[in-house]
Amino acid sequence: MKRVYAKEEYCIGCRLCEIYCILSHSEYKNDLIKAFKKSLQRPPARIQVEEEGALSFALQCRHCDEAYCVKSCITGAMQKDPETGVVFNEKERCVGCWTCIAACPYGAIIKDETSKKIASKCDLCGQNETPYCVQNCPNGALIFSEEPPYKTSVKGGE
Amino acid sequence: MALSYAVPNFLIERDESRCIDCQVCVRQCANEVHKFDEDDEKIVSDTMKCVNCHRCVVLCPTKALTVREFPLEFKKNGHWKSDDIKSIYIQAETGGVLLAGMGNDKPYPIYWDKMLINASQVTNPSIDPLREPMEIKTFLGRKPASLEIENGKLKTKLPPQLELEVPVMFSAMSFGSISLNAHKSLARAAREVGTFFNTGEGGLHRDLADFGDNCIVQVASGRFGVHQEYLDAGSAIEIKIGQGAKPGIGGHLPGEKVGSEVSQTRMIPEGSDAISPAPHHDIYSIEDLRQLIYSLKEATNYKKPVFVKIAAVHNVAAIASGIARAGADVIAIDGFRGGTGAAPLRTRDSVGIPIEFALAAVDTRLRQEGIRNQVSLVIGGSIRNSSDIVKAVALGADAVYIGTAALMALGCHLCQKCYTGKCNWGIATQDPRLVKRLNPEIGARRAANLLKAWKHEIKELLGGMGINALESLRGNRLMLRGIDLTEKELEILGIKAAGE
Repeated sequence: MKRVYAKEEYCIGCRLCEIYCILSHSEYKNDLIKAFKKSLQRPPARIQVEEEGALSFALQCRHCDEAYCVKSCITGAMQKDPETGVVFNEKERCVGCWTCIAACPYGAIIKDETSKKIASKCDLCGQNETPYCVQNCPNGALIFSEEPPYKTSVKGGE
Repeated sequence: MALSYAVPNFLIERDESRCIDCQVCVRQCANEVHKFDEDDEKIVSDTMKCVNCHRCVVLCPTKALTVREFPLEFKKNGHWKSDDIKSIYIQAETGGVLLAGMGNDKPYPIYWDKMLINASQVTNPSIDPLREPMEIKTFLGRKPASLEIENGKLKTKLPPQLELEVPVMFSAMSFGSISLNAHKSLARAAREVGTFFNTGEGGLHRDLADFGDNCIVQVASGRFGVHQEYLDAGSAIEIKIGQGAKPGIGGHLPGEKVGSEVSQTRMIPEGSDAISPAPHHDIYSIEDLRQLIYSLKEATNYKKPVFVKIAAVHNVAAIASGIARAGADVIAIDGFRGGTGAAPLRTRDSVGIPIEFALAAVDTRLRQEGIRNQVSLVIGGSIRNSSDIVKAVALGADAVYIGTAALMALGCHLCQKCYTGKCNWGIATQDPRLVKRLNPEIGARRAANLLKAWKHEIKELLGGMGINALESLRGNRLMLRGIDLTEKELEILGIKAAGE
């Protein structure tokens, strides 16, 4: 499946990915100003830039083939779509126990306490061709592809 | 501590109805202009630190920012302009030489804009480059005075030549003055388009060793990074005598920019200042220059053309004649608009002459002396677009160098603060946090696109003149007419006035 991969050598730490992630999951999908000015209770971005000195990269769900979050979910809210491979959290069933957060080896699941306590994570922007974060990265530091841009022994995101 | 008289140069306007407090501007400004005020929960901007590089303006996702000249006016004075006054305040405070980056920005005449190009009408047909072949391939190097042909084959052995698919090369900019990612961008673009980039006096980084076929290696007064493999790696060698931005002045790369990579490439200790003397200490005459030219040719088995680069100065024609006679294969002349990473402001703005005059004078002189075929002429320091190039070729240039325009393709916004090392566009900096802002894949694509676009336009202009090969335009000054020029200027440029 296509995943979002980060090229840390070109990540400039501007966090535009986070901003466009918020836009993607807001009610105004094409208007940043409205998305930020009109919804004051904004849920957090589902992609997070990690930074230390010159090193920075955007981290989001790896959509693991064998996802620990899915296995650990106590209500069955966290699921992996058998068709698309996307790991997603069904908001209505999530009770906010955050076991998934503890289970995720990447630290890619985010606490969302804006309304009901739930776990929030990257959903690859639903049916969007290319996720918002990738589309709007100003420096080509995020790519959306079947294969990672670097050689790795890690398979299927795990 | 006494009061500083400095006032802001720029005004930053934030449209609060558009600003979403995302803080991209805060994170992108290396000059620390923007700051999120925790108490007021909004972004505030310190105009004093702004250099007007547009990084925040371009990156702002809602386009909420505008930067304009600070509207403060001094009492009107025909003689003392605000720059003059501010310079005095700065120097009275610091006691130091004023520094500047990029090229001379004073409103001197731009002679490219005072020359007009011809086109065919009725009596000779114009050519459509989309339908008919158009040749703009260029060979740089010494051409023999005559050719001997035997059995339909060329018998004369040709001196080494550089083959260019477009008559444009990236001019010398060292790794140190610009970032490795900038160098990588230019190297890849040169390879893609079939032209050359120039190492400048900073050596060739090992990551770029494979780009030798598209690389001119420079030997300058500090001899940084020069060794046998370096000379062997390049397709040509350029001896740098002078530079348009600072004729008569050497170079100084401050120790802060000499990190491990720059240190290894330049072969100097980490953190030490890299000082290039004003003159080459072994060149005090044309004869001395000849020795260096031939030392370099000897070292590379006479397989590579040797360039000599000089700044356009008053006596440039005679100097160029000497250089041709000293054995150079290519003479590169850099006009007074040429850029730099750092130059004393007064030198940058008041020393040297316009490249248009220098080019015309040198081409004329070499023709008069019957030695024009012995050297190719490359000019740089002011080329802004494809019509400047066409005019340069018509005045006698074989090819042009672009530096400033190339950096602009990579993102440079001409803020002229290259010497601070805080280039927000990742070009003139060695700070790893800033260098990574220039992705060489994107940079290479942009620089290559610029050359491809210009290539199309050059063909279009040539076709309009009814010329199907750039070779036929070279030195063809009848294709130019002057506008708004004095008799003397027309005479030096060797062109007729519009209407003649």
